[in-house]
Amino acid sequence: MIVTEGLAKVFKIGKKGKEEIVAVDSLSLSVKEGEAFGFLGPNGAGKTTTVRMLTGLIAPTRGRASVNGLELGKENRAIRKCVGILTESPGMYERLSAEKNLSIFASLYDVEDVPGQARKFLQMLGLWGRRQDPVGSFSKGMRQKLAIARALLHDPKVLFMDEPTSGLDPEAAKMVRDFIESLKARGRTIFICTHNLDEADRLCDRIGIIKQRLIAVDTPAALRQRLYGRKVVFHLRELNSKWVKVVSALPFVKEVRAIGEKLVLSLENPDRDNPEIVRCLVKAGADIQFVGELRHSLEEIYLETLRDIEDER
Amino acid sequence: MMIKHIQTIIDKEWAEVFKNRMVLFTIIFMPMIFTILPLVMLYVMGEAVGDMNGGAADVPQAFLATCGDLSGGECMQIYLVNEFLILFMLIPVIIPVTIAAYSIVGEKTTHTLEPLLATPISTVELLAGKSLAAAIPAILVSWLSFGIFLLALPLIGISRGVRAYIGGPIWLLGVLVAGPLMAVASVNFALYISSRVNDPRVAEQISMVIMVPILGLLFAQLAGLIVISVGVMLIIILLLALIDVGMIYLGVRIFQRETILTRWK
Repeated sequence: MIVTEGLAKVFKIGKKGKEEIVAVDSLSLSVKEGEAFGFLGPNGAGKTTTVRMLTGLIAPTRGRASVNGLELGKENRAIRKCVGILTESPGMYERLSAEKNLSIFASLYDVEDVPGQARKFLQMLGLWGRRQDPVGSFSKGMRQKLAIARALLHDPKVLFMDEPTSGLDPEAAKMVRDFIESLKARGRTIFICTHNLDEADRLCDRIGIIKQRLIAVDTPAALRQRLYGRKVVFHLRELNSKWVKVVSALPFVKEVRAIGEKLVLSLENPDRDNPEIVRCLVKAGADIQFVGELRHSLEEIYLETLRDIEDER
Repeated sequence: MMIKHIQTIIDKEWAEVFKNRMVLFTIIFMPMIFTILPLVMLYVMGEAVGDMNGGAADVPQAFLATCGDLSGGECMQIYLVNEFLILFMLIPVIIPVTIAAYSIVGEKTTHTLEPLLATPISTVELLAGKSLAAAIPAILVSWLSFGIFLLALPLIGISRGVRAYIGGPIWLLGVLVAGPLMAVASVNFALYISSRVNDPRVAEQISMVIMVPILGLLFAQLAGLIVISVGVMLIIILLLALIDVGMIYLGVRIFQRETILTRWK
């Protein structure tokens, strides 16, 4: 659905445009149809620039890309017809009503039934009762909902969302997240730029971490495994040094750490190896209270990945 | 090019603009002044020059030829009221500037430009919509003002000869042809400025520069350096038409979506 090959964007700055800023460099990725792809990166990493390139708003300096089979640069107008974009700032005509705002964009997207489509989304997002009110009187959450409606008016094949829950209160953010999940469930291809790592973890099938270049791309689970492997925590009534020796002797245990009353083991395949470890520990006299897998947050993965890149540089 | 897209932009611009009291004030108040002022002046002068046979003594020689069989007093009236022709031509310049100058930079500051440019609208459609939205009300208001002015002339006792001159080819060409052409030029200039700056106030101030050549024409006429005859008016129209074509062509070429979206300094 989205394919990029060596995509790059260099901005010329300074009085004579002699200085250059590389916003995005050698970006190659592929997003499948129906996939929710999370694009993570610090401020200024090139996320918004990438979205702008992929929606035909700005031209890449190098590289190629296609969206929904349409070639970027040659078929930009066709690309804009089949993608929806939720910009970082909702950007609405504040003096106009919610319904008027949607009608304008529905007409520009050549939607056949403009009033019908506007009504559908206003009702879907709970804004029908305020349809005649000027958007200037709306809360931030309501504006964001309206911006989402605007992005979906023409039933786009691909939806680009730049910080969809940024600045929203928890309730509004949850509503937006639930709505994105419902879109995902309906098979919509979604490309989400976000700083909210928990959100990316919950919503996205795969995640790309960018800092000008694409640093890592995979499913959240695969990224966890790649960085940390799989770790299992055995909570014991009390810790005895001999139990450390017992589990260290097992061939499939890669690393053992004793923390308080807990044993943290790095394993290749916990599903296969856990029963054997439990048996060994019980046989050695350990009282196991419970066993659980240590799950690193996406935030840890993200920060670790960025740290590695800084070290390399 | 899709007419529907242009209509949508016009509809959107008007819906926004006519909810702005300052713009409404400019659209209504300024043409009102420009209509009432010459009427008052003609009325006052009509009484003053009623008995003057030598009223044309202060009229430049070059202008006397345009008076034909009119009396000296009537010639003087025409000479003075002719200055207001330029003001009527200024109406379709000033009004669209206040609308068009805000047009692009306003969308930029309210963050609506990016979603707008992300739609399938083409640059030509966008600029045509914005230009027409600014120019049409200005042209209609200037024509309406001129119509009211013409209708009010007999009411203040203006002679048939002076009325015939004001309803003649020079004024008609000026108001009905040169005015709209000036509106097109000023709109395109204001849109160009609006797409290059980041502050609506700066856009409006710079865009007002478009009035300088017109004021130059006014002062040249006042100083007797130029007499607007049918021939001069046709030359002005031809020049304006050429300027318009050039400005529309340049406007579309210069409107760079990428630069507008990414340049903030």
